[in-house]
Amino acid sequence: MTEVHDRPRRRLAIQELAEGRITREAVDAFLSAHSFPIVEGRNVTFVWRGHASGVNLRHWIYGLPSSQPFTQMAHSDLWHVTVQLPESSRIEYKFEVVRGPAREWIRDPRNDAMARDPFGANSVCHTAGHEVPEWTREDPDARPGHLEEMGFRSEALGSTRPVTLYYPARYRTSRRYPLLIAHDGPDYLRYSGVKTVLDNLIHRLEIPGMIVAFIESEQRLVEYADHEPHDRFLAEELLPGLERELPLEGRPSGRGLMGASFGAVGAFSTALRYPGTFGRLLLQSGSFAFSDVGVHERGPVFDPVVDFVNRYRDDPVRVAQRVYVSCGTYESLIYENRSFVPLLQAAGMDVRYEEARDGHNWENWRDRLRTGLSWLFPGPLWMMYE
Amino acid sequence: MTTAAKEAPVAKEPAAAGRRQVLLLGPQRREPNLAAELDAHGIDGPVAVVTSGWQEREDEVEELQEHLGGRTRPLRLHARALDAFESDGDLAGKHRERQEILRRMQRLYDVRLTHAMAAVAELDARPGEDDTLLESREAALKAVGDLDREHLLDIREVHERFAQPLDLANRKAIARHREEVAEIVRDSAALAIAGGHVAVLLNRLRLFDVVGALRQRQPVIGWSAGAMVLTERVVLYHDSPPQGAGNAELLEGGLGLVRNLVALPHAQRRLRLDDPERVSRLARRMAPRLCLALDDGGAVALESRGITSAAGVRTLDVDGTVREMSR
Repeated sequence: MTEVHDRPRRRLAIQELAEGRITREAVDAFLSAHSFPIVEGRNVTFVWRGHASGVNLRHWIYGLPSSQPFTQMAHSDLWHVTVQLPESSRIEYKFEVVRGPAREWIRDPRNDAMARDPFGANSVCHTAGHEVPEWTREDPDARPGHLEEMGFRSEALGSTRPVTLYYPARYRTSRRYPLLIAHDGPDYLRYSGVKTVLDNLIHRLEIPGMIVAFIESEQRLVEYADHEPHDRFLAEELLPGLERELPLEGRPSGRGLMGASFGAVGAFSTALRYPGTFGRLLLQSGSFAFSDVGVHERGPVFDPVVDFVNRYRDDPVRVAQRVYVSCGTYESLIYENRSFVPLLQAAGMDVRYEEARDGHNWENWRDRLRTGLSWLFPGPLWMMYE
Repeated sequence: MTTAAKEAPVAKEPAAAGRRQVLLLGPQRREPNLAAELDAHGIDGPVAVVTSGWQEREDEVEELQEHLGGRTRPLRLHARALDAFESDGDLAGKHRERQEILRRMQRLYDVRLTHAMAAVAELDARPGEDDTLLESREAALKAVGDLDREHLLDIREVHERFAQPLDLANRKAIARHREEVAEIVRDSAALAIAGGHVAVLLNRLRLFDVVGALRQRQPVIGWSAGAMVLTERVVLYHDSPPQGAGNAELLEGGLGLVRNLVALPHAQRRLRLDDPERVSRLARRMAPRLCLALDDGGAVALESRGITSAAGVRTLDVDGTVREMSR
């Protein structure tokens, strides 16, 4: 668990150790006296103990070298590295332990805090000022909604697609609900804890009771990248199908699309192909890559995205009423997202843009949901006193 | 003591209007005390119950029935309103038109309020205690008070303007329901008003003239939004909303069965009671009405002579403190 000191001390803890007599006992005492990593003001010190030919800090902070070598403390098996990070930062990282030709990526054995994602799990560190929002944790007072899985036949995609529907607590067919369609549904549910977030925000009246359709794709890099059949599936099949079967508001202000990374591109391309259909967009760390000149360097999977965004940049049009955009400042996509916002505004959309000192990960996206959802779908907070 | 509190008026003693007893209770979900309070105040017999603040869940009164031992008489005002609007298109149209105007006025008031409250907060935050600064602070708060009063008058004017076209007293679609409601209320020992959506609740209570149906000394009990509508001013509040500055705003005048009091249910959750500046600001703005925090298990009883009993409730004072009230 991270040890946080708001203000830097005169000397860092690791410096104090280094300046003393390095013995096995001194290292033992140092390790048992602290939890790790140690945050002292902007300095974050990571340590690893063991025999290796090298140790590197691997992280996903755009702007810093993605691999930062540890130094071995003289006369010991303690390795350490100190990096500088601003306050209110949250980073995910791993250690790369090198033993001869073998390189092993491991989580920080001295830090229990970790975040899961589709590729496994990373260690997590935060600096002073960052807190995990309390509304992301289960609240025993919040009445839970429920999830139902269904298969939805899509002619556009030529297959039956799994869809998980979230129904709010106290769901009644006698009232009408907004509908939000979420890309990468299983990941949002598993890694962003979005069901708990929905339960809590609805309980707190910060968003209205709403139905959320979590969709998924086995070929997301294709289907979310300006793929006409995907967009047709959402707008011409899933949306009308759900509006036939469920008590939904059925108007643009009550329809939303959301997604992160490529999912945000899928949400936006659908909104662009069907302008005015979805009044609310929640776009997190969208992969809105573009090229002003020459060719982009993000690899062939981005080709259709760059074409798509370049076309939109040439002719930006209003596709929705309100758009919430967020991005981590430690993401490589920060430039693209910052560039995207004025385009949307110039096209006449009401845009809320938020940045956080975080990376391209599911907990960053989770931690932005309160602001995003409550702005797109304001709940009856001011009127309800039960 | 916050410096700005020096010139603030002293709160008047809250009291019930007329000769009836009024009980204001905290939220009932976690610590229901309705039945105990009825017993404690000798209120026996059937209770006419308004749950229209629950909107489409209005009829889900099983828990309430069980809590009161089966003596509830639901007035079903939400369902009655739906029926009236369905059978009288003209009524529905005029009602919708009025509500749209009221909503717009609320939004515009909110814009003005945001700026007026920003001035209050900025002046409060400036260091210094000199007379010029103190006077400026008071003037800024007075401007907010003036805006509040103006808003209430404007809202009342809209209600008056629509009174004749709506002509609720003589509309067939309403008259039948009013008679039925009045009969249930007359035959009940008391009227109990549950919480929920405060604007909907107030609207339905007025639509069917529930207060007009009360006997002279008939006790009235309200909890959460039900307590708010019984006062003279319905104040909406949340200090930490996900959007905006969290300035309390006035919705409109309430039913006025309780005077000199602002009911603040869920205060513990909705207000930053540990922030003396915010507490003081709200208390000064509402003065001379007393701000009363109504949380779980809280109860206060009022008669025309004032508060006769209070337990589990707290006052928000102009000096920024939050105090237990006990009588």
